[in-house]
Amino acid sequence: MHTTHHQSDLNPEEQKQEREEMRSVVLRPLRHTGTIGKIWIGFLVVVFLFGCYAYTVQLREGLKVTALRDYASWGLYISNFVFFVAISLVGALISSVLRLTNFEWHRPLTRIAEIIAVSGILFAGLIIVVDMGRPDRILYLFNHGRIQSPIVWDVIVVSTYLVTSVLFLYFPLLPAIALCRDTLTDCPKWQRWMYKFMAMGWEGNKRQWKIMKRSVAILSVLVIPLAISIHTVTAWLFATTLRPGWDSTNFGPYFVAGAFQAGTACVIIGMFVFRKAYNLKKYITEVHFNNMGKLLVFLCVVYAYFNVNEYLIPAYKMRGAEAKLLNDLFTGPTSPIYWSVQFFGMAIPAVVLLFRRARKPLPITIIALFVVVGAWFKRYLIVTPILLHPYLPIQNAPLSWTMYFPSWVEMAIVGASLAGVLLIITVFSKFFPIISIWETLEGEGIDLEEMDNRKK
Amino acid sequence: MENENNNKDRRNFLKLGIFTTATVAAVGTGLSKVFSENNPPQASGKKVKVMTADGKLVEVDSAHLKCCSSPPVSNEEARKGIEGKKFVMVIDLAKCDGCATCTVSCQKMHHTPPEREWIKVFKMQDSEKTAPYFFPKPCYHCDNPPCTKVCPVNATFKRQDGIVLIDNTRCIGCRFCMAACPYSTRFFNWDKPEESAEVASMPYSPEQSFPRKMGTVEKCDFCPHMLREGKLPDCVANCAMNAIYMGDANEDAVTSSSGETVQLSKLLEDNAGFRYMEELGTEPRVYYLPPKNRRYPKPEMHNEKQSEKKGHDMMNMKM
Repeated sequence: MHTTHHQSDLNPEEQKQEREEMRSVVLRPLRHTGTIGKIWIGFLVVVFLFGCYAYTVQLREGLKVTALRDYASWGLYISNFVFFVAISLVGALISSVLRLTNFEWHRPLTRIAEIIAVSGILFAGLIIVVDMGRPDRILYLFNHGRIQSPIVWDVIVVSTYLVTSVLFLYFPLLPAIALCRDTLTDCPKWQRWMYKFMAMGWEGNKRQWKIMKRSVAILSVLVIPLAISIHTVTAWLFATTLRPGWDSTNFGPYFVAGAFQAGTACVIIGMFVFRKAYNLKKYITEVHFNNMGKLLVFLCVVYAYFNVNEYLIPAYKMRGAEAKLLNDLFTGPTSPIYWSVQFFGMAIPAVVLLFRRARKPLPITIIALFVVVGAWFKRYLIVTPILLHPYLPIQNAPLSWTMYFPSWVEMAIVGASLAGVLLIITVFSKFFPIISIWETLEGEGIDLEEMDNRKK
Repeated sequence: MENENNNKDRRNFLKLGIFTTATVAAVGTGLSKVFSENNPPQASGKKVKVMTADGKLVEVDSAHLKCCSSPPVSNEEARKGIEGKKFVMVIDLAKCDGCATCTVSCQKMHHTPPEREWIKVFKMQDSEKTAPYFFPKPCYHCDNPPCTKVCPVNATFKRQDGIVLIDNTRCIGCRFCMAACPYSTRFFNWDKPEESAEVASMPYSPEQSFPRKMGTVEKCDFCPHMLREGKLPDCVANCAMNAIYMGDANEDAVTSSSGETVQLSKLLEDNAGFRYMEELGTEPRVYYLPPKNRRYPKPEMHNEKQSEKKGHDMMNMKM
């Protein structure tokens, strides 16, 4: 893949200096973890472990410990699954779509996007196991699997996307791992061994660079259809049923559009936190926030378009069974969540971000937080209210069956999964540079491949 | 040299693979221990000779013998269904007075918990001005079943005799079938089933749905274990109003609790029989006869609306 970046004005010596400076800035968080960082990691570990404990309770007592019952048989776990799949799509958007369309500014953001993708899809896979009544029979999916079932499609695409995303994270990381191997010589022995193992003998020769860049180019094309299929198949888990509210031909693109919007907001938050915590102002600049802001406006508008198709067009008709659901969402008990999500998570961000001042790092991060929280609740709205509005009325059922409010076990486990995603991202950033040195410098016209081979 | 390195890498990779597999297997065994409900009884030391289904004489420990009136058919047989049959049910809404004897007798036969109604009697009113009526709803055993389509492991399946069953030794508890069923017909064993020791020790067959297993789905099964013996399911046999008919579409005959057997096609034709929500295309095997000329009090819809409203208020508070 030929890149169209401009040539640097710097002479070779200055280029080398630039490289050394970036290396030292980017490696600093790997050498040192501050008090806040330690507290943060400790907090995530505690939340995660508490969720693991909650899961042991669920394994022992059964799913009875959740608030799930025969009507609302899918709840927080499944909505969280959809949310994780959604945010994992951003890896493909930032590292691949922007790359292939030559938006040069994506360069320092690829790794943040990719680690969000990897941890998101990993926990999507885990949380779906948590929802299973019989996790001990998980292997039946392989030895008794039916290819006709959308769940089996999901198993196939999610695992493929996980592997692809890991490779997509790993290959461009090779020069950085080799750098860690060569420079972080005072770290613990196991860590040195890890760098040595993971660098796979990278020494930056021409052949290695060529193989790596080609692999990345191939992956960046492959990952787009994969990303679209994971979320389309996830949408089909619902759209292949006859339930009013899920029985929609719009569901695939609706999910994909929402996923790009939510994931982009996640990357903005990641950018802000890493920029601040790891002092990366020189590389993640206001230009990046500005551009991500524009991208988010575009994605909010696209998502709004699908929402109009998904809610307002059925509302125009108010067809029998669907009308019950729509009335609940628009004016019923669920309406506060519905309207908050639509306004704070989509409409208002789209309008506010039109103003340049809102695209400054702090305001846009706050807006992105609203988008992410909105996106999470939106997944809940897509899953559970539909189950509580079946064709046949809910009659003579215990009160607990007619509504859904998650139990402490569900909240603890979902909290743990969110903490787990953040923990992977944090720990990753403590062992590997969170921005790609060669990709970023290449954007400035400094070719590390050339420099690596010049010195020999 | 390079070759050797490659080999070493491959060996390491294989080692990693073996390690991972071993871990997964260990975790799996641990989990299955957590989930195993039926521990085999202690051996008594006393041996008895028995004949197996395929005609072999074997010696087993007497403690391992279980007493049961009709041994369930093999899993394979239960998945195939009864040859030459196409079971069908007809529910006459004009006769149903909502007494829910069908529900109660079904619960008794299948040892279900009280709130789990495989056949549930709804009070229905299609619109404000139209007449209310009672509406018993079993599983429709659809010919185009949305539930079996989505099952990832073939735990729920359609048999040649038209019956849709669940194998709770296969079910992984994903509940996709529950989401897919438009009639809310499926139920989940959210916790360890509360069953008497007698029920818990019975041999399991998908044809009879118990003993139950935690984390698996269940539903109305059309009582194939009764049908095999030429008996009516309990919901049909105990209906005091003669409102439910069960029979074989191939024979074009259905029978109600009074023992009266009528011609299916004539019954449907004379009474303008219909299927619930035909527009969904699920092709139910349960037909209804319209609720006209009823000779019992119509259902009181007022109470139901009250309770529904109450439910919603509660929901509002919690949100």
